Amino acid sequence: MSIDIQGLYKRFGEFVALDHISLAIPEGQLVALLGPSGCGKTTLLRIIAGLEYADQGQVLFNGEDASRRHVRERGVGFVFQHYALFQHMSVFENVAFGLRVRPRATRPSEAQIRAKVGALLELVQLSWLGDRLPSQLSGGQRQRIALARALAVEPRVLLLDEPFGALDTKVRKELRRWLRRLHDELHITSVFVTHDQEEALEVADRIVVMNRGHIEQVGSPEEVYESPATPFVYQFLGHINLFHSRVHAGWARVGHLRVRVPEYGDAEHAPALAYVRPHDIDVLREPEDGDTTLPATVQRVSSLGSTVRLEVMQTPGGEFAEVEMTRERYAADPLRPGDLVFVKPRHLRIFLNEDPQPVAPMHWHGDGDGI
Amino acid sequence: MRMMPRSRPPRVLPGFGLTLGFSLAYLGLIVLIPLAMAFLRAFNLDWNEFWAIVTAPRVLASYRLTFGASLIAALINTGFGLIVAWVLVRYPFPGKRLIDALVDLPFALPTAVAGITLTTLYAGNGWIGQFLKPLDIKVAFTPLGVVVALTFIGLPFVVRTVQPVLEDLEAEVEEAAASLGARRWQIFQRIIFPAIRPALLTGFTLAFARAIGEYGSVIFIAGNLPMVSEITPLLIVSKLEQYDYNGAAAVAVVMLVLSFLLLLMINLLQRWSRPGRG
Repeated sequence: MSIDIQGLYKRFGEFVALDHISLAIPEGQLVALLGPSGCGKTTLLRIIAGLEYADQGQVLFNGEDASRRHVRERGVGFVFQHYALFQHMSVFENVAFGLRVRPRATRPSEAQIRAKVGALLELVQLSWLGDRLPSQLSGGQRQRIALARALAVEPRVLLLDEPFGALDTKVRKELRRWLRRLHDELHITSVFVTHDQEEALEVADRIVVMNRGHIEQVGSPEEVYESPATPFVYQFLGHINLFHSRVHAGWARVGHLRVRVPEYGDAEHAPALAYVRPHDIDVLREPEDGDTTLPATVQRVSSLGSTVRLEVMQTPGGEFAEVEMTRERYAADPLRPGDLVFVKPRHLRIFLNEDPQPVAPMHWHGDGDGI
Repeated sequence: MRMMPRSRPPRVLPGFGLTLGFSLAYLGLIVLIPLAMAFLRAFNLDWNEFWAIVTAPRVLASYRLTFGASLIAALINTGFGLIVAWVLVRYPFPGKRLIDALVDLPFALPTAVAGITLTTLYAGNGWIGQFLKPLDIKVAFTPLGVVVALTFIGLPFVVRTVQPVLEDLEAEVEEAAASLGARRWQIFQRIIFPAIRPALLTGFTLAFARAIGEYGSVIFIAGNLPMVSEITPLLIVSKLEQYDYNGAAAVAVVMLVLSFLLLLMINLLQRWSRPGRG
């Protein structure tokens, strides 16, 4: 089922959680709502579910207005971050719940319920746990049961609120791959909320990046990572280095470095910010011709498994930058703290600094593990 | 003689010996010794005397009234206490804190004051009694009055035991149930009620136990007619006033044993109804 969100607005007291949001979710996709806490992503999910009602705007299911429909009648499966399993019921009864509460006319027979719950437990690979109580399961198992329970009512949409947020890293990675495979089998339109960019990039067909009640960008994982639409998206997805810059007549300057920015042709001496990913920087021993490098000194070298991370300081400016390179490249020419080097950004993205808000006070910035 | 091995495996939670010893000594001093005194007193009688006293028609009638009225009052309190707790937890409304504080008043009020107030209200010419009179309902000086008094003093128990459990119920669990298609009543019946059932049973037990032992508020409203509206505690007191200490002790012992058996039964019920055993 497709979901159409039109002009949703929601306020909690003075706090605007959603500021006129519109979004189309096509049938059968797995969509991630990604953003920092307080960006409105969970509120949006809960409004789609009918657990919360918007002040303005509409939610359409297959083109049909569902805004005023009760959660019970929306045909959504909802999975909560903290599982919300029924503690006093066995795993089997938890999964069977949605079938047992149906009106007598549509309620399946006991044998049908047994067969269905059995199949679902099979699907989530936990058929041997049917008699247990939720408190006897691990976090990952509980979340899979919560998913089986949501699927039992054959929802037209599956909504997951930070489904892996309460799990440890290893289980989380396993579960999200499993969720992806499950989605490929079932093709049920799914929306999940996460603040973990890695999770969104790995699992989703499309990512909706949200910030402060707005949608910053909607796109495939490649699109949002490779060509972020706004400084916020740049900062939020992956590590970045941030340089202060000036744009004048189609050229941006970062120290000695000059970059052509035709899109800002009419800017005059405008302050701007230059973004570059740590793995998009080359470190050279010698300067290159044509203002493409910046002198810097190596401050720290740290090894992160397959990659090596260098912290360098621009020699005149004193701005810090982070560089990531493969272990092989580092081994070919090992740099030591104190070495004088020349850094060369391969992809530099310039945003005019009109709105000083999204600039982080740090010189490099990122969230979670590096990509 | 060989030495006992000195070291025991250490416990994770320290202080078991000390706290258990203290608990037993304390319970002994405060509860068991006074109760044992009643038993010792009753043993001054021989079996036939004892049996004659505790099965006298007037005494039997008082048992019926005490336990019957207590049971009814505790049941009423369970129902209404649940509603009061529900309202206090679930809905914001002006004056909520005031009502919350009001619930505890029956604890604080001297029971005699409660008894006199209730009697005044429910007497044939009282504020409430005058409306009941045309309907031919008599509350004061009847067993019904006993139930009213016992309901009054037992109100806080159920409210105060159920309230925290209701507060701890996760809203998400109910939302999950609703998203699975459950109607409000089904959510209450299948999700909320099983969660609060142990607390409800505890509140019921406390209210019931309190009602069995209640004296002060009842004697004013009951009228204390032998065979009709005379409660067992009053019977014991009147035996004491006649210097019939052994008789008083005998009735008290029967009451104790009956109460203990009932409470034990409720405890077993509690254990049996715990989640995961049903």
